[in-house]
Amino acid sequence: MKKFLVSGTIALTIFACGNPGQNSTETSSTPAASTEATANGNPSYDPKRGEGKFENMELPATLDVAMAEKGKQIYEVKCASCHKLSDERLVGPGWKGVSAKHKPEWIMNFITNPDAMIDQDPELQAQLEICLVRMPDQNLSDDDARQLLEFMRQNDGVK
Amino acid sequence: MKLAQSTLAALAIATLLGGMNACKPKSAGSAVSGNAAEKVYVPPGKYDEFYNFVSGGFSGQLSVYGLPSGRLLRVIPVFSVDPEKGWGFSEETKPMLNTSHGFVPWDDLHHVNMSQTNGEIDGRWVFVNGNNTPRVARVDLKTFRTAEILELPNSAGNHSSPFITENTEYVVAGTRFSVPLDNVSGDVPIDTYKKNFKGTVSFISVDKDNGQMDIAFQIETPGVNFDLSHAGKGPSHGWFFFSCYNTEQAYTLQEVNASKNDKDFIMAVNWKKAEEYLKAGKGKKVQVKYAHNTYSDENHSATSEIRKEVTVLSSSELEGLCYFIPCPKSPHGCDVDPTGEYIVGSGKLAALIPVFSFTKMLKAIEDKAYEGDYGGIPVIKYEAALHGEVQKPGLGPLHTEFDGKGNAITSMFVSSELVKWNIQSLQVVDRVPTYYSVGHLMIPGGDSRKPDAKYVIAYNKITKDRYLPTGPELSQSAQLYDITGDKMQLILDFPTIGEPHYAQAVRAEKIRDNSLKIFKIEDNKHPYAAKGEKETKVVREGNKVHVYLTEIRSHLTPDNIEGIRVGDEVYFHVTNLEQDWDIPHGFAIKGADNGELLVMPGETSTLKWVPNRVGIFPMYCTDFCSALHQEMSGYIRVSPAGSNVPIKWGTGETAPEDNTSGQ
Repeated sequence: MKKFLVSGTIALTIFACGNPGQNSTETSSTPAASTEATANGNPSYDPKRGEGKFENMELPATLDVAMAEKGKQIYEVKCASCHKLSDERLVGPGWKGVSAKHKPEWIMNFITNPDAMIDQDPELQAQLEICLVRMPDQNLSDDDARQLLEFMRQNDGVK
Repeated sequence: MKLAQSTLAALAIATLLGGMNACKPKSAGSAVSGNAAEKVYVPPGKYDEFYNFVSGGFSGQLSVYGLPSGRLLRVIPVFSVDPEKGWGFSEETKPMLNTSHGFVPWDDLHHVNMSQTNGEIDGRWVFVNGNNTPRVARVDLKTFRTAEILELPNSAGNHSSPFITENTEYVVAGTRFSVPLDNVSGDVPIDTYKKNFKGTVSFISVDKDNGQMDIAFQIETPGVNFDLSHAGKGPSHGWFFFSCYNTEQAYTLQEVNASKNDKDFIMAVNWKKAEEYLKAGKGKKVQVKYAHNTYSDENHSATSEIRKEVTVLSSSELEGLCYFIPCPKSPHGCDVDPTGEYIVGSGKLAALIPVFSFTKMLKAIEDKAYEGDYGGIPVIKYEAALHGEVQKPGLGPLHTEFDGKGNAITSMFVSSELVKWNIQSLQVVDRVPTYYSVGHLMIPGGDSRKPDAKYVIAYNKITKDRYLPTGPELSQSAQLYDITGDKMQLILDFPTIGEPHYAQAVRAEKIRDNSLKIFKIEDNKHPYAAKGEKETKVVREGNKVHVYLTEIRSHLTPDNIEGIRVGDEVYFHVTNLEQDWDIPHGFAIKGADNGELLVMPGETSTLKWVPNRVGIFPMYCTDFCSALHQEMSGYIRVSPAGSNVPIKWGTGETAPEDNTSGQ
């Protein structure tokens, strides 16, 4: 008889475990969920600087031509598929004027940390509504990003 | 009161029914108790504790599960083509399936062994064997892809493989089916087995830095069937143990004729001695033919080389190389405990499990305690090497794994159970049913020096009522048991792919952080890579046309191609320009008679297409990549053979226009 009662308990336990409602408190935060939670309205987000490792960048007034040339090579492999050098949009916006429009740290942060920025930055969110393709993370090193920035400056006429 | 009575009666009936169920322990729903769900529940977004690499049997694939959830994480094509991944369909991967018999896109993938350092799983590579057209493959755990496949000459049916030594010095292979060796004529009557058929075991060296495999030597043996094997470890490092059956040398109705002898053998091989003989030039160079295929992550391509020579050592001529230990009734599993002292032979037709002692075996060799020889190999007296026998463990013992706490767990095929026993005392301490007819079993690290004995999994041969019916065939069944307590507790049932032979598991952290996310586009050395849209082009060379094409969210470049003719061999070399994790792009063309491509970020893959009719053919990305994925497509214009429509290509502004010539 004791054995029978144990069987009954087992059956009940199984039933309870099979009920999805029982586990609703277990829902945990995934990496994706936590970024979503901070989207739209993180009070600490600085739309001028963006989010990432760069801040307060002071750039020389003149162009480093060799650096810009390296940036151009990276542009052709990793960026040119979607960005023209004019102001015309292809997949993403054209690059003309971008280095004047944004602070250098914003650009550097965006191209090295695009996912976090797209989730938070008001302008990037507006762009996403137009382009509908999130800018891919092209795995740029800090040096790559700096060279690209120099190429953007060259494209904007810095000499 | 009356109400109370009837309630009691109802309860009694209910419990009686429950009790009746409990009396049938082998029904689908029984035998789970207590907190099983809690133990296997991995909440959404959380990672599993272990990676579990499971043989895909006759699917030729290796599957990867998370434990304890039993979630399927990945299926890796090894000896098989895989249309999902373009494996065996792209020009780059086809050479991986080359053999001396030509392109063999299938095999029977049996056993799984992970690379070890100091007797511990190191998380670098998984080795698997192909049983049918004898091969051994190495899967790289940075990419979870097959990196190398080595064919074995002088062999038929590679079953006792790919077990490894404790520092991955060697991976072994052995003939399940003895045959005349490759350098003599095999055109002999089958009933000359005894005279003409030979066995071999192969020792494949593994480069400790890059994993590259090479057949260091083969040992020629009398014609028998080698079944399973395991390396010595610790004090027995330097030895390898192979079970063999069919010492009757039967070649027909083996079911009966290979089951006559009371004892077959475990063959002990002193591979350190073999190395000495090899150095002393005692090996015989034999002319054979076998394929060695490697895949490079630098040029994203496989190469297949046919090798022509192998070194063979003779087991009968070279003293001290091999010994036979009698083992009851067609031994199957041949497992060495974590201390390296005990060798467990599982005679699949025996009602006991013999456990041999390495120390006693060495003593027996020293004392020449032999009962005779078999094909020139000394046969050690059974008792002289025996530690003891586990009496009446169950029916049909097949394989044994170890918990590192002095216990062994053996799978019992005929009586469908796992049986735990103490290695020293040889007493059975626990048993638990499996559903049904368990073959292999696996404890994480359970064949290494450092078992991580939280779970044991039974990989079963028969499924029956475990899952919803799916027609005449059901997926295979595996059961996960918690073995942290005194009693083994069933906590999960999960389906597997193909027939799960052996498996391995390791803590996730040994692999997780080394997993590659992208291939760096700047390091891509594929000769037809287009690193950036600037390098895209279409080049005609006679009737061959090479298309250098790029993919990025969400367009193809070029996406308009003209000037292709019926009968051309068109090679689409597709480079994925993405550099972000988990953004592969696919590539497919209407009517292509092979498959699709699935190109990883930074990688180049090639699809060959021979258009057989005039028309406009769409091509598109098959892997949903962005909100504009549906737009990620293009057109190819195919003109008649001999047409003079010029080659033109482009995307957007550069797309070919009517009445203009060239770009």
